[in-house]
Amino acid sequence: MTAPRSIELICPAGTPAALRGAVEAGAHAVYCGFNDETNARNFPGLNFSREEMAEAIKFAHNHGAKVLVALNTFPRAGTFWRWSKAVDDCARFGADAVILADLGLLDYAARRDCGLRLHLSVQAAAANADAINFYARTFGVKRVVLPRVLTVQEIAAINREIDAETEVFIFGGLCVMAEGRCSLSSYATGKSPNMNGACSPASHVEYREAGGHLVSRLGGFAINRVAAGQPAPYPTLCKGVFEAGDYKGHVFEDPVSLDAAALIPQLNEAGVTALKIEGRQRSRAYTEAVVRSFRRALDDHAAGRPIAAGDLRALTEGQQTTSGAYRKTWR
Amino acid sequence: MNAIPQLPPMGAAALRLAPLAPLSFVAARFARSLGRRHPALFARLGEEADKIFLIDPTDLPLAFRLLPRPEAPRLEAVRREAAGSWDARVAGPLAALIGLVHGAYDGDALFFSRDLVIEGDTSAVLALRNAIDNEEMDLAHEAAALFGPFESLARRPALELAAFAARWTGVALTRPGQGTRE
Amino acid sequence: MAESNFDLTLGPLQFNWPAQKFVDFYAAVADEAPVDRVVIGELVCSKRAPFYADRLPEAIERLERGGKQVLLGSLALVTLERERRAARETFDQTAHEVEINDLTLMNWVRGDKPFSVGPLVNVYNEATLAFLAGRGARRVCLPPELPFASVETIAKASRDIGVGIEVWAYGRMPLAISGRCYHARARGLSKDSCQFVCDKDPDGLPTKTLDGVEFLAINGVQTLSFKYANLILDLDRLADAGVAGLRLSPHSGDFIAVAKAFAGVCEGRISPQEGLFRLRRAAPQAEFTDGFLFGDCGAAPLPAF
Repeated sequence: MTAPRSIELICPAGTPAALRGAVEAGAHAVYCGFNDETNARNFPGLNFSREEMAEAIKFAHNHGAKVLVALNTFPRAGTFWRWSKAVDDCARFGADAVILADLGLLDYAARRDCGLRLHLSVQAAAANADAINFYARTFGVKRVVLPRVLTVQEIAAINREIDAETEVFIFGGLCVMAEGRCSLSSYATGKSPNMNGACSPASHVEYREAGGHLVSRLGGFAINRVAAGQPAPYPTLCKGVFEAGDYKGHVFEDPVSLDAAALIPQLNEAGVTALKIEGRQRSRAYTEAVVRSFRRALDDHAAGRPIAAGDLRALTEGQQTTSGAYRKTWR
Repeated sequence: MNAIPQLPPMGAAALRLAPLAPLSFVAARFARSLGRRHPALFARLGEEADKIFLIDPTDLPLAFRLLPRPEAPRLEAVRREAAGSWDARVAGPLAALIGLVHGAYDGDALFFSRDLVIEGDTSAVLALRNAIDNEEMDLAHEAAALFGPFESLARRPALELAAFAARWTGVALTRPGQGTRE
Repeated sequence: MAESNFDLTLGPLQFNWPAQKFVDFYAAVADEAPVDRVVIGELVCSKRAPFYADRLPEAIERLERGGKQVLLGSLALVTLERERRAARETFDQTAHEVEINDLTLMNWVRGDKPFSVGPLVNVYNEATLAFLAGRGARRVCLPPELPFASVETIAKASRDIGVGIEVWAYGRMPLAISGRCYHARARGLSKDSCQFVCDKDPDGLPTKTLDGVEFLAINGVQTLSFKYANLILDLDRLADAGVAGLRLSPHSGDFIAVAKAFAGVCEGRISPQEGLFRLRRAAPQAEFTDGFLFGDCGAAPLPAF
């Protein structure tokens, strides 16, 4: 086997404090967003004002890390300017890349030609080489974040056919649906990741403890009931318990999180450039612990050492992990 | 994650007998001091700053009402049964709540493990948690800050007291890596 | 209501129907349904396509004889090698206009061959519409989750660039697409050995919440709304906004009656209320919604009138 190519570790930051924590814990790059609908983690109390973003980019650059700004929602008709201005601001602040999903916004950024590197968000769900080549050729996209529906073999095949870098999720929350193509949340609440930057928005979530059971509702629909002592899931519809015919249970996915640390060597072999940790909505405690663990794993791998098993399960939804679609049996 | 320490029943029993007035007095000063020292916290709360939060340490015989108004933040110690109305309740062992403030614990993880219970306005709770998480606060330092111009004199005893209380109760009152040696 | 100039488009069948039922359905549409355009082809799962592939030419021919414009619809999520090949062939080897439901197909569009864009492509704003129009799109069915304000803005922009805007007017709405098959999962099977169990549910498998509320419908790798979109009471507003077409999505039961009800209201022959009454009769089991456009959420019930 040839020596492993170096892999970039891309880490989430929901706040300036989390960004500093991620950089100090060894992130090669941090991704984050502005505090509005322009990004897919538009949660209360989260994200960066313009001033905070400018400072965060300076801080990261001083510490040798990059900042990738997610502008990965689909601009609302009639208010495209809010998204195009966000692209302009990223260029002005010296961001290392913007992560985009919308065709119109990609077109704007490509034509504006402001020197910003363009990454394709997972929200664009480009799931094969042809789709990726379209984005690369048309807009000059340099890197594609792959949707979480592909096996390692499929990722390797894609990398052989494209002229762009690939980035894949390695840890954290797991979308079961093709990202950016899911309206489950807005069917129940009127708010969606694509339009409002929030899946299962907190404003529509209701928790009730009754007799030791925790019942969660989204937009009034009961989606989970967990007994005392059982781990609680996020109030997302795709992790809910439903009845479909004779089947009663997690119709779409069990409340588990992705942990593909064990697959780092295979993903490296498959030609992946960057590994991404999910969780901009999480605290800096999570960010620091996960980043440190994965930076150690990457350093071990680069040095030819076996990757020591970290135990991050306590931090994960469902307190259980899966390697998700990377293994074909998941489907 | 290790098990979350519970306050020993003896400590809780002692507090049950304690009068609330002095506690509320300290809490009120504490809130005002926070308002001065952490304006960004209130900016991050946005319109959720209008809400009433019940911070409910389940291993204490009392709870706290928090009204994080930017111009005049209020924190009051209340008996649980006389807590009045609130928009959002955050309940869990004192150590978990303090660990959240210090960035020692992750809020979602505490929720997944059922150590943290959230009721009412979920949006408000999220905003508060995220706003606090960004402040990198240390409660012992915040307590020392109550002494105003004598803060530097108060810091050392405050941290020592915090360390003593931590040893006795298992509840960490300072941020990890920010012990008395600082 | 006054007469309005909507085109009626029959969207691609979302469900796994037996080949004979498939052929019979399109024959009935060809002969009796007052629709202008018909999009045909496998949208949801490439494993289903071989079942009726050899019957497709006959269905298309019958539709064209019935005076319908026929478009070939693409798969919604292209990942496998054979799916990519099929996507390319869809474009290169047909004289028919293609409706793309995955941007993979943008790779094969050529300036000289106009195409349509289906509701599974994310067109959320006028900038995206302009980009697609510049590449040759002449018809765009908007994603069902768009609110009316967005539809208005996009439809207004569409007039200046010669693109017709269509909205999802009837039938269970596509809410999500996945690599994983939920029909197989619900029966304890894997996707690769699914035994095509989705053929048991000609309108999808209804999915209830813990409170017993009918909420979603599973359709293989696709997740649909339990409720049927139904915009028959909203045609005046849609016409005023400049919407050009209405998409009706096939369901079992008397679908010809569904198409006739919409045509009747569009032509001003029956009132919207009468139209709704007929739709209720054609699909007695269906609950209707226009929530994404006009309500608080996609599942909001139709307002009482």
